[in-house]
Amino acid sequence: MNQLGFPILSLMIVLPVVAAVVCLYISANAARWTALLTTLVNFGLGCLLWATFEIGGPQWQFTERVQVLGWFHWALGIDGMALMLIMLSVFLMPICIGASWRSITDRVGLYMACFLVMLALMIGVFAAQDLILFYIFFEAGLIPMYLIIGIWGGANRIYASYKFFLYTLLGSLLMLVAMIWMIGTTNTADIPTLMQTDFPVQAQTWLWLAFFASFAVKMPMWPVHTWLPDAHVQAPTAGSVILAGVLLKMGGYGFLRFSLPMFPDASAQLMWLVFGLSMIAVVYTSLVALVQSDMKKLIAYSSVAHMAIVTAGLFAFNQQGIEGALIVMLSHGLVSGALFLCVGIIYDRLHTREIARYGGLSNNMPAFALLFLLFTMASIGLPGTSGFVGELLSLIGVYRMSSWVALICGTGIILGAGYMLWLYWRIAFGEAAGDDTRAMPDLDKREWALLAPIAAVVLWMGVYPEPFLAPMRKDVTALVARLAPAAPEGDAQLAAGSPRVPAANSPAHGGESPQ
Amino acid sequence: MITAIVFLPLLAAIVAGLGGRWMGNVPAKVITTGALFASCAMSWPIFIGFLNGDLTSHVVPVLEWVRSGDLAFDWSLRVDALTAVMLVVITTVSALVHLYSWGYMAEDPSQPRFFAYLSLFTFAMLMLVTADNLVQMFFGWEGVGLASYLLIGFWYQKPSANAAAIKAFVVNRVGDLGFMLGIFGTFVVFGTVSIPEILAAVPGAEGSTIGFLGMRLDTLTILCLLLFIGAMGKSAQLGLHTWLPDAMEGPTPVSALIHAATMVTAGVFMVCRLSPMFEAAPVALGFVIFIGAATCFFAATIGTVQTDIKRVIAYSTCSQLGYMFFAAGVGAYGAAMFHLFTHAFFKALLFLGAGSVIHAMHHEQDMRYYGGLRKHIPFTYWTMIAGTLAITGVGIIGVFGFAGFYSKDMILEAAYASGPYGQMAFFVGAFAALLTSFYSWRLIFLTFHGQPRWAASEHIQHAVHGDHHDHPDHEDAGHAHSDSHAHTGAPVTGTAGYHPHESPLAMLIPLAVLTVGAVFAGFVFKTAFVDAEGGAAFWAGSIAFDAGLMHAAHEVPLWVKLTPAAVMLLGLFIAWRNYIRDPGAPARVVARIPDLHQFLLRKWYFDELYDLIFIRPSMWFGRLFWKGGDEGTIDRFGPNGSAWAVSGASILAGRLQSGFVYSYAFVMLLGLAGLVTWAMATFS
Repeated sequence: MNQLGFPILSLMIVLPVVAAVVCLYISANAARWTALLTTLVNFGLGCLLWATFEIGGPQWQFTERVQVLGWFHWALGIDGMALMLIMLSVFLMPICIGASWRSITDRVGLYMACFLVMLALMIGVFAAQDLILFYIFFEAGLIPMYLIIGIWGGANRIYASYKFFLYTLLGSLLMLVAMIWMIGTTNTADIPTLMQTDFPVQAQTWLWLAFFASFAVKMPMWPVHTWLPDAHVQAPTAGSVILAGVLLKMGGYGFLRFSLPMFPDASAQLMWLVFGLSMIAVVYTSLVALVQSDMKKLIAYSSVAHMAIVTAGLFAFNQQGIEGALIVMLSHGLVSGALFLCVGIIYDRLHTREIARYGGLSNNMPAFALLFLLFTMASIGLPGTSGFVGELLSLIGVYRMSSWVALICGTGIILGAGYMLWLYWRIAFGEAAGDDTRAMPDLDKREWALLAPIAAVVLWMGVYPEPFLAPMRKDVTALVARLAPAAPEGDAQLAAGSPRVPAANSPAHGGESPQ
Repeated sequence: MITAIVFLPLLAAIVAGLGGRWMGNVPAKVITTGALFASCAMSWPIFIGFLNGDLTSHVVPVLEWVRSGDLAFDWSLRVDALTAVMLVVITTVSALVHLYSWGYMAEDPSQPRFFAYLSLFTFAMLMLVTADNLVQMFFGWEGVGLASYLLIGFWYQKPSANAAAIKAFVVNRVGDLGFMLGIFGTFVVFGTVSIPEILAAVPGAEGSTIGFLGMRLDTLTILCLLLFIGAMGKSAQLGLHTWLPDAMEGPTPVSALIHAATMVTAGVFMVCRLSPMFEAAPVALGFVIFIGAATCFFAATIGTVQTDIKRVIAYSTCSQLGYMFFAAGVGAYGAAMFHLFTHAFFKALLFLGAGSVIHAMHHEQDMRYYGGLRKHIPFTYWTMIAGTLAITGVGIIGVFGFAGFYSKDMILEAAYASGPYGQMAFFVGAFAALLTSFYSWRLIFLTFHGQPRWAASEHIQHAVHGDHHDHPDHEDAGHAHSDSHAHTGAPVTGTAGYHPHESPLAMLIPLAVLTVGAVFAGFVFKTAFVDAEGGAAFWAGSIAFDAGLMHAAHEVPLWVKLTPAAVMLLGLFIAWRNYIRDPGAPARVVARIPDLHQFLLRKWYFDELYDLIFIRPSMWFGRLFWKGGDEGTIDRFGPNGSAWAVSGASILAGRLQSGFVYSYAFVMLLGLAGLVTWAMATFS
């Protein structure tokens, strides 16, 4: 069955669902503890998964396959990319429960149940090996998120949840049609099989566009990004963390699992559509982030810009681009999650997201200011943090394909520094906006426990990313090989010239001593 | 040993930064300063080892970093002659600045934070100079940028300090984008980011072309230009220099360490480190000469009219960096590094001296309110005289000279000897040397000579009347009122009853040590750095040392050799005439050429121009895209657009509000289940 001898993936999906049902019928405090323990157990199972994942072994590991009906199977299995995204999900979930510990007092059982179901669905999305199973997990993820925004959200939560729902569902209907067509043609819903299937080139284009409609919304790419700022602003803190941390990664995962390996020719044809939208997104949303006065909106717009680096990297068709995009996805999941937690921490104290109401927090909240600085720096890709490794790799990959795209996407590092540092100034530096701001207490133990693990992983991934890259390496190599026949030439195209004969009077030239 | 040199400051920064509140000021200061002196003590033997030829270049691996396809780079520490020079410069100046800060920052409430930042900076700078690959160099590059950001904005209550800090970071990021593209291009061309491997592969790439932004360009030219854009940002060269004067918002020890002696020279270091690559790209070298010479001239012109003591020295730094770059551009990398080395001592000395003056004058920074300080702070006076003699390059050929005499004259002679472009740079550089001498002596005369003009200073009035600032170091006010008074006439003379005091010993010891450097650094090390034979032996291939050019530089015509001395004396004379003999003269000159004076005082209008073409349009487009794009177009025609959507929204909203949310979720699930069933029924 697998290297552990028990169906670990099913267990990781079923356990939270069972706990969710339990949560509905117990007291608020019991629900909190149940949710926390369940998510911690799931995190432990995730670690077990990571530890026993055989690097360089078979592509699909921990596979399970039970026939449900016809060609519809309960088929689960992960490769390295799915493994890392599952790790991200199970790592962030206990933190989300912790972040909601005190701020949620209304219908706690339902709230915790929503998060637990969401956890199950996220793992399902990344582990599904059946097309329809994937679709169910992918779309059902909308429901708990929809409830979280709609019930525990801010004042304008109805509009936000409606917008969120409308965008994502419309996109996914097209995807469903494409999936049905694919199953009808090939008579299988098995994702690994479909990844090896060569669809006719014309069909690829239509299928690619149908999937794109869904993934572009989830990502989100410009111009279908406008649901994200509203959803973030209205969502409770933990909702924002999961939204930015994991749900946005489903779009990128979709490109990796479906668009690129199943439709390589269409991906190559439509590469410039993705590059074009990515370039627009980086510049456009960065500039929009610059003028925001609402903290959450600012970070939401910055997410769109970061996700554009991901899409550009994915469509660079080479190892660095795709590995970089994956690291940006992981890094952004951690960093933007942490930034939303930071916002939540000060929101809990002052109950406003207006940047102008803060200031001078370095005085009364030095620990907060330090961690917020770390995450700000990770967000703008300072070397030594996870953001840098991802951005460097993906932009190198992009550069190999097109120097223009690398240049335009690279302007994100300038604009990103602008809006994030300005935000940091207005929140942590300067003078406090009022006495209530000045009186805000520093982090308590619970808040430390939420932020410190993320900070540690952000630095770990920045200094020594090998444990994160190693499981994914073989899968990315396979993907690049799959794409290779369709991959266009990069624009760098080195043309050899005639080397000049070294001048006789300058013996030192080029005479670098060996290592 | 190199590992200890590099990581001790990091360790100290972490301990002092995280534990500072808990352990208190003195332990934090002892730990950081101690770590730096230890690093310094371990660095000098390495430098001396290379001077004697006992050591050869080697690389100490630390940790694997990134493996991605054919791209691989590690954390490792490279030690060669070039690194050794930077090691002693960084650790020495940093250790002295740490010590100096004991006195200068004595009243500051957050000293552990300050010392932690200083040590963190030192660590990042050491990582930069020991880098064996471009990515680790970039790590150090951005790391010093972070430390610079934190230290410029150290007094974070002040809006001006915050603005300056962000400006420094963002302007540097513009350069860094160039650097990053340079790294990408280098990887695409050579398939590696390891510096030795790149330099070894350079001869094979000569004459090749590469596509870039739709153009076909000479490979090495475009790569060198992209990397040089990074150097321009970090080293504040023309176009990307605007952050450096504003960086003076930071505490003065920071200005001495980061914005004079070490960080801003990183660009010069980078060009020297990659010198074999630049040597193979003549067009790029031409650009380096042009930018270096232009910066050298333009910054010196601005330096002549500034009234803030730190800003004069800041523009002076900018100008001296220009010298280093055109030295590199003409192929005299040894001379560039030599000037970097001597400049670190005398410029750190001038900054720390200025800090001592500011300390004595109760945080007044405007030289128009100084005057006559010679008798009150004689130690500071004499050390600053030594610094001024060093920067203006005083010396007698063949006998002895102050540090700048050897390095700056070497640059000018090498430039003259190198060819037509170099000769252009020589004339520009000689004119800038005239300006250098003028503004340096102007600073000395305005500060230490003449009558005291302290009475009009608000800072001095505060001091005399005993109402203390709410903040121990309040350096912005001087700038604020200097604008309002701008040249309405000579300020009131008089002491207002104020008595300046010489600074404490912690500040005077670094001044004394740096004075030794400013006096002797040129004379002692000239053989190793720029002598045709000695240099080739010392550098041992760590830079593209051109012994032929160094020979030629020694054989330039006598008038070329005498020019620097002549312009130095001329500058001294002009300064003496205008500020000692006839103190009314500057006002008359200003009255005769008000436009030019305004142009210089406004720093060639760079800030205004950038505000107009970058800052305002960014904000304007940001608002346009937000209000007009997202809300006015996408949302309007998207989710809010069609009538059914609006009605759908209201129905949905009604349901949610009336508690139908469960039924909604149920409907969604039902729908999904229906679709799946249909799918299976159709195709199974």
